[in-house]
Amino acid sequence: MQFDDAEQQHEAAALGMWAFLATEILFFGGVLTGFVIYRHRYLEAFAEGGKELWPWIGTANTAVLLLSSFAMAMAVHEAETQGRRKHIARYLLLTALLGATFICVKAVEYTIDWHEGLIPSLNWHPEHLSHPDQTQMFFFFYFFLTILHAIHMTAGIGVILIVAWQTRRPDFSSEKKTTVEMLGLYWHFVDVVWIFLFPLLYLTA
Amino acid sequence: MTEHKTPTSTLFATLIALMVLLALSVVASKMLQGAAATTAALAIAVAKALLVGWIFMDLRRSSPLTRLIAVSGLFWLLIMVVLTAMDFATRGM
Amino acid sequence: MSENIVQPELPLQRLNYINHDWSVWSWINSRDHKRIGVMYLLTITFLFFLGSLPAILIRLELLTPAPNLVTREIYNRLFTMHGVTMVFFFLVPSIPTSLGNFLLPMMIGARDLAFPRMNLASYYLFLAGAILALVSLVNGGVDTGWTFYTPYSTTFSNSAMTPMILGIFVAGFSSIFTGLNFIVTVHTMRCPGMYWSRLPLFVWSMYATSLILVLATPVLAITLLLVAAEHWFQVGIFDPKLGGDPLLYQHLFWFYSHPAVYIMILPSMGVISELVTTFSRKHVFGYTFIAFSSIAIAVLGFLVWGHHMFVSGQSMYAGMVFSVLSFLVAVPSAIKVFNWTMTLHKGSLVLKTPLLYALGFIGLFTIGGLTGLFLAALAVDVHVHDTYFVIAHFHYIMVGGTMMAYLGGVHYWWPKITGRMYPEGWGVFSAVLVFFGFNLTFFPQFILGYMGMVRRVADYDPQFQVLNVLSTAGASILGVGFLLPLCYLLWSLRYEPIAGDNPWGATGLEWKSPSPPPELNFETPPTVDGPAYDYDTETIHQEGKKKHV
Repeated sequence: MQFDDAEQQHEAAALGMWAFLATEILFFGGVLTGFVIYRHRYLEAFAEGGKELWPWIGTANTAVLLLSSFAMAMAVHEAETQGRRKHIARYLLLTALLGATFICVKAVEYTIDWHEGLIPSLNWHPEHLSHPDQTQMFFFFYFFLTILHAIHMTAGIGVILIVAWQTRRPDFSSEKKTTVEMLGLYWHFVDVVWIFLFPLLYLTA
Repeated sequence: MTEHKTPTSTLFATLIALMVLLALSVVASKMLQGAAATTAALAIAVAKALLVGWIFMDLRRSSPLTRLIAVSGLFWLLIMVVLTAMDFATRGM
Repeated sequence: MSENIVQPELPLQRLNYINHDWSVWSWINSRDHKRIGVMYLLTITFLFFLGSLPAILIRLELLTPAPNLVTREIYNRLFTMHGVTMVFFFLVPSIPTSLGNFLLPMMIGARDLAFPRMNLASYYLFLAGAILALVSLVNGGVDTGWTFYTPYSTTFSNSAMTPMILGIFVAGFSSIFTGLNFIVTVHTMRCPGMYWSRLPLFVWSMYATSLILVLATPVLAITLLLVAAEHWFQVGIFDPKLGGDPLLYQHLFWFYSHPAVYIMILPSMGVISELVTTFSRKHVFGYTFIAFSSIAIAVLGFLVWGHHMFVSGQSMYAGMVFSVLSFLVAVPSAIKVFNWTMTLHKGSLVLKTPLLYALGFIGLFTIGGLTGLFLAALAVDVHVHDTYFVIAHFHYIMVGGTMMAYLGGVHYWWPKITGRMYPEGWGVFSAVLVFFGFNLTFFPQFILGYMGMVRRVADYDPQFQVLNVLSTAGASILGVGFLLPLCYLLWSLRYEPIAGDNPWGATGLEWKSPSPPPELNFETPPTVDGPAYDYDTETIHQEGKKKHV
């Protein structure tokens, strides 16, 4: 109603989503600033922390997320090329499934960390670490960053499922195709955040 | 709406490239040490992010304004990190 | 609420955004930017008076050197509540959410903002945040100061921290949504002929403010989350016991909070540009310079945050860098003051209430800005940091600047928003009272700070008592000055004459619409074929005379 035509609406949606992603860069950026400062200061302790993580799980999870980005790009492609609603839905569901896999793997990782006594403050048993307080800081960052990321992913999965449901309606119009595109931007961004978190957290050792 | 939509083959090629870079980053972390390892890891991450941004997020076909917004977010993050690090780096000098 | 006072017994009124539906649901579920702007206006007015209450107690307490009225504990909670309420729940939202929401679409010839539902969500997020902060207040409030410095806020403070932090966190998203909405709207929804170079300066300042809202607020949000995490789990990154650095908190906090002060002043500068041109019947001097200086302030404002940390333990070199950059950011503000002055020069001044507030702004903002430069000088700041000098400086900007521009803007656009004029005599009287009361309250505080009176402390050396008594006397006059508009503006809704479409004879698309405007803002979609502030034409002058009530 406030727009003159569909093109204006699409332009507004894209600008809005990109501006929102800029805010997300700064949102995660605050924590990353702290991480960068302390990693430089406590190189050894942070490296020791990184050794406690399982890099092959992290690698596998990264691959899962990259695959989900591909699935989402395919969904957007279908939406842009006036593809069949069923195809859009399938790619969206594949994206959601891969995202859920990522979350489950992280849950497994967190469980392992709990059993190893690596949860700051709640279950912290640093007997074998040389700088326990500083490594605890590493794990604070690890959990804070990955949980923040996981929350963003979960929200994304939720919206993906809703939009996938909406494709069942025959009047799935060009408005909704813009939605798929915007959802894609959001999902890819969450992927990019992980692309940086993975080396910072898992490959520091 | 927009012409020259990214073909599926390009999307698939991007996925392969991303996976190759992922493997590369793991190999590099095992073979390099210290600052070299960190630099390599971050450089590869930047390359992956550029691929995702340029192809998947369609910056390739986006307006200059959209690209400006994307860059601005990163630039502002850089301001925060650099000026903060400047304080910590020059303490006790 | 008070809009219901517009009486139905008048002869057939045109359908406008107020009277087309009287139901409460149509208001609280409205996507109309004008209704949302009005709801914000009412809410922030309430929060302003709420935030004034602790200030009243503070000034009463400071009548005597010893803590006679309240305990030191309570005093700490009072200045914290005053700061939090005024900064996060009044000044940051004030002009953008009330006047900005109402006017931005109209000024660019649009029917609404780009994302009306997000606008409504923004309002409810703000309300939720304010309620959470009130929950904290009811539970005794927080005593850390509005700056929540660690490790005090993470280690020693009380449980009322949690709702307080969450309240500000939630309200932060309200800010971000408003900023996103404004940016996208200005880019995509300008009417035909409304080029960037023809935008009213108020729109330029809303755009610049939105850049800051979008880029700075997320950092505040994440910093508050980190403080909460450290507060709950007693592990984290700001505690020296665990190898953390409290200065990291300060960097992250001020990365937002310094640009935040530009969020608070840029919109008011936009208002002043509008007032100065209308009430001198003259186009703005140096339009391009004022427009670009708004953007310059927004950008440069992000580079200076370390000037809040000169004596905190920051490195000397960082201090020097931030000091130089802080001098730089004063330049675009000075350009604006110069341009406003040159607009007034040889203009035919109409000395109505809005212009009085604008004149007060120009003088008081200049004093506030200059004293900011004193503070930016490292050698001076070492002596006056954490004294009343700082308090006087920022109140000159926030009250002498933002508050006066806000009042000027509310009076100026009152006829457009409500369809009624306000009583001019009372307007002038209140403006003078505010100006006089303000200076009596805060000028002595410059002297007190210079003489060494420390801030955020309930006790002071008896030699400071006379100036403190003067300051409190001024505060009581200022309080009356603020209460009067509340009374006569509400009164005007029923008893004042109905305003015409353009009672001031001003340029700008908002004045081409009826007062109050229809739901979709314009009866016919407007087009623009000339620059803003085209006052040199005789026609507009005549139109203004005809339409003036």
